[in-house]
Amino acid sequence: MLETLKQPWPWYVAGALIGLTVPYLLLVGNKTFGISSSLRHLCAACFPGDIKFFQYDWKKEAWNLFFVAGIALGAFIGAQYLSDPEPIVLAASTQEYLATKGITDTTQLLPSEIFSWDQLFTVRGFIFFVVGGFMVGFGTRYAGGCTSGHAIMGLSSLQWPSLVATMMFMVGGIIMTWFILPYLLTL
Amino acid sequence: MTSMDHTFQPSPASQEGDLNVRELDAMCVNESELQHPWWHNLKYSAWGLLFGIVFVKAEIISWFRIQEMFRFESFHMYGVIGTAVVVGMISIALIKRTGLKTVHGESIHIPDKTFNKGQIYGGLLFGLGWAITGACPGPLFAQMGAGFSVIIVTFLSAWFGTYAYGLLRDKLPH
Repeated sequence: MLETLKQPWPWYVAGALIGLTVPYLLLVGNKTFGISSSLRHLCAACFPGDIKFFQYDWKKEAWNLFFVAGIALGAFIGAQYLSDPEPIVLAASTQEYLATKGITDTTQLLPSEIFSWDQLFTVRGFIFFVVGGFMVGFGTRYAGGCTSGHAIMGLSSLQWPSLVATMMFMVGGIIMTWFILPYLLTL
Repeated sequence: MTSMDHTFQPSPASQEGDLNVRELDAMCVNESELQHPWWHNLKYSAWGLLFGIVFVKAEIISWFRIQEMFRFESFHMYGVIGTAVVVGMISIALIKRTGLKTVHGESIHIPDKTFNKGQIYGGLLFGLGWAITGACPGPLFAQMGAGFSVIIVTFLSAWFGTYAYGLLRDKLPH
């Protein structure tokens, strides 16, 4: 049993469990699924200033912060006790392409060539951590949701603005991956 | 309770209620009439815990998997998101069809999202960032939990990005 759990889980198991988050949250507390809002609640809780956008009773949305804390803890358990010692199995074409950019370490979920502290104070590190993170935080709030709020919750509840947002996520990702990252990776 | 359907107002002149402020640019707001002690929130942590394990074990938090997805070289992430949407859609249809209530007996309400240009500009910006970091906000928490400590920097920057949006919100096209 434990050996099976330690293998990488197939997409349909993961997809089904993630999808079940939608009814779970609705049924236990009338909450709609979304994760990026946690960043906003953290702003409202820590430094609302005189910004109207952050002036609300964040405690009413505290459930969202409990949820993301659970995610971090669950990831800790998954990585610590259920981890698979084998390297990640990538599509051969992706692996070959990344190798041409000097990314060959597939032993962890994130490539150590980029995602390590000694990379932080390089130009590439600055873009991957600081600029990338900023775009995720700014972009999700500007869009009114992220993959969970728009792509999963929004599409599940048939909201067309969420379809627009999801398509734009894909457009942005494709532009970055195909036209900008090839250059950024070699910085 | 008043209607939760919210009309987008870039710079509202009138006094808005707390809920209206929370609803701005947010998919996931909720208004429950019920008051619970804080530990009721642990039921969300419990599900989050399961969620975090899934994120790691299905390699959803992997930068490599996001690269594969945007390069159209693997079905994995499309399978995950597609299945999640189908399961979510069926669940919501069933809840609506049966008129199921929450465990506390409240009727279930899903607020509608109104369209604004933010979904285009913001969506594009997030997509660009997603392909760089290999993470949307959920996986950011999971990557930190899984021990990738440098992601703290990405997280802090994302937090600051959300703050910057709040600061500039009235000046941005919506």
